[in-house]
Amino acid sequence: MEIVVCLKRVPDTAEAEVKIAPGEKEIVKDRLVFDINEADNYALEEGLLLKEKFGGTVTLLTLGSKESEDVLRMGLAKGADSAIRLYDEKFSNADGYCTARILAQAIKNLKFDLILTGCIASDDGYTQVGVTLAELLDIPHASLVTGLEIKDKIIKVNRELEGGLLEVLEISLPALLTIQTGINEPRYASVIGIKRAGQKEIKVWGMNEIGLKEEETGEKGSKILLEQVFFPPVGKRAEILQGTNEEVSAQLSEIFKTKGLL
Amino acid sequence: MNREIFVLIEHRQGEIRDISFEMLTKARGLAQEKQVKVCALLFGTNLENLIEKTTSFADKVLVVEDKKLENFNAECYQRILANLLPQYNPFLTLIGHTAFGVDLAPSLAAQLNFPLVTDCVDLKWEDERLEAIRQMYGGKVNARISLMEASSYLATIRQAAFPVGEGNLKAEVVKIESLLEEIAYRKFIEYLEAAVGEVDITKANTVIAVGRGIKEQKNLALVEDLAKTLGGVLACSRPVVDAGWLPKDRQVGSSGKTVKPKLYIAIGISGAFQHISGMKNAETIIAINKDPNAPIFAEAHYGIVGDLFKVVPVLKEKIAEIKR
Ligand SMILES: Cc1cc2nc3c(=O)[nH]c(=O)nc-3n(C[C@H](O)[C@H](O)[C@H](O)COP(=O)(O)OP(=O)(O)OC[C@H]3O[C@@H](n4cnc5c(N)ncnc54)[C@H](O)[C@@H]3O)c2cc1C
Ligand SMILES: Nc1ncnc2c1ncn2[C@@H]1O[C@H](COP(=O)(O)O)[C@@H](O)[C@H]1O
Repeated sequence: MEIVVCLKRVPDTAEAEVKIAPGEKEIVKDRLVFDINEADNYALEEGLLLKEKFGGTVTLLTLGSKESEDVLRMGLAKGADSAIRLYDEKFSNADGYCTARILAQAIKNLKFDLILTGCIASDDGYTQVGVTLAELLDIPHASLVTGLEIKDKIIKVNRELEGGLLEVLEISLPALLTIQTGINEPRYASVIGIKRAGQKEIKVWGMNEIGLKEEETGEKGSKILLEQVFFPPVGKRAEILQGTNEEVSAQLSEIFKTKGLL
Repeated sequence: MNREIFVLIEHRQGEIRDISFEMLTKARGLAQEKQVKVCALLFGTNLENLIEKTTSFADKVLVVEDKKLENFNAECYQRILANLLPQYNPFLTLIGHTAFGVDLAPSLAAQLNFPLVTDCVDLKWEDERLEAIRQMYGGKVNARISLMEASSYLATIRQAAFPVGEGNLKAEVVKIESLLEEIAYRKFIEYLEAAVGEVDITKANTVIAVGRGIKEQKNLALVEDLAKTLGGVLACSRPVVDAGWLPKDRQVGSSGKTVKPKLYIAIGISGAFQHISGMKNAETIIAINKDPNAPIFAEAHYGIVGDLFKVVPVLKEKIAEIKR
């Protein structure tokens, strides 16, 4: 089975102090720690598991700067066969649609039975690129996948709906799945794997290599435009208890007591 | 702008989902400003009951009935909409940013070449143009988005972003013939209900929830102790379940359980909207987080900004003391 996995390198902002960059189009990124997007790590693992079961290859694809090669190397270290980074000055500021378009154009040059993406990127949160990519490649898709089984060109998938309900459905290969977190247990790369991956070549494809026109990429090829980023308006906010751990604990206990919660 | 606003009604297992009424309400507000009409799109089988519930929220309901539409199927919906939208030419179509909508809207938009803005928490008019507000970086920043000039637009709407207004309209109901052919590649098999576990967190008066901030499975004991002292149950955010540290039936949020306890304590949880939607109706919400800007503090009533590993043991002791 020929499998393509799309990976994105994203900043970890859950614990970081986020600042808005001058121009108000972006956040300040230089002090942030970057890693593979959470859902993509599960998509990668699913690709590796399927390769182990059915044979074939796993090809990694990312659209991003030179630093994004970190996530490709990590994927290679875990057992992927090859990696391609899509980069061109003209690609920058692509929205979700245009990102899918660039990925689609690159994938047209590859052999594939199955494409895996994450269901959502934790930075932009579009939840859009995977399903758009499927349409542009004219193949069936299923999103938010938390379980799958492949038999004779048919994939049976579990999609996760609200409230813990699952939708079970069947689609035929070739297909695209957007993978939800928790579907498997992502492995860690071995030391030997990391060493080997360091020597592997990562191909870099630009506009000419994949055959897109300038007006089809970047901001020009996008359908939406980010005008401004800003902090969410402070509406209601918790009363923050002040003092030492002892003091705040005492205050909280008092609140529990008066509200009859003990 | 003098064209209609369409809203795709989402329903499952015979029930219209809340998001549909939230979208109809928002659409009505947008439509009133431009003196245009709101049209609900309702697809399925045996729809009489659902049509009745929709008519008071729209000016028109377009109905497509077909056996193949019994369960949500992105392929069928996409085919119908790809036919219908260019024909009726609405200015804007709203779809829920739900498991249903995220499976449909992106491919539909790509097929029709319409701009799509996803997961909107607000939409407003800027003269004749539409502007969207959506969140990025787990809710830490908002983004103002404009859409490129096009013949028609799509937006997916976050659940619970808009209140449900009063339904006092009387829609004209228009049935249109389904031209749906055989389903080509996507076969619905069944719905699987979540497995029932040993503890039902939805029944508890006190829920102590732990998130990724706990770092390791062995640290759960710390929070479990606090839960015991308070006489509450232990629950969690999604990453704790994904890591296999707690079973799925302990997960609070849109893809887990919705709880309404008297007391909810969120420990090491950032407050992503998918988590918030499962606990925002708790009577008293406490958040313990080391990041003063964590979105959870916008939802909590009281907050402690600090290291959970230092705060939780002290808090547990204080409560044990009072109880003695
Ligand atoms: C379709 C879909 C459905 C989803 N459904 C759900 C759902 O049902 N429920 C759910 O919870 N999530 C759900 N999610 C995931 C959600 O988007 C978030 O990723 C998740 O809620 C984050 O969990 P968290 O807050 O525990 O982790 P993080 O966002 O990583 O936050 C960890 C927090 O811990 C704090 N912290 C770290 N160390 C300490 C310390 N020592 N002391 C104090 N604080 C500390 C950090 O400041 C941070 O705020 C869903 C996502 C998708 C795409
Ligand atoms: N720049 C990118 N490079 C490679 N894959 C991407 C990129 N952006 C998004 N994706 C894929 O699309 C998924 C959904 O992203 P999004 O639609 O932006 O939330 C991600 O989890 C990735 O698998």
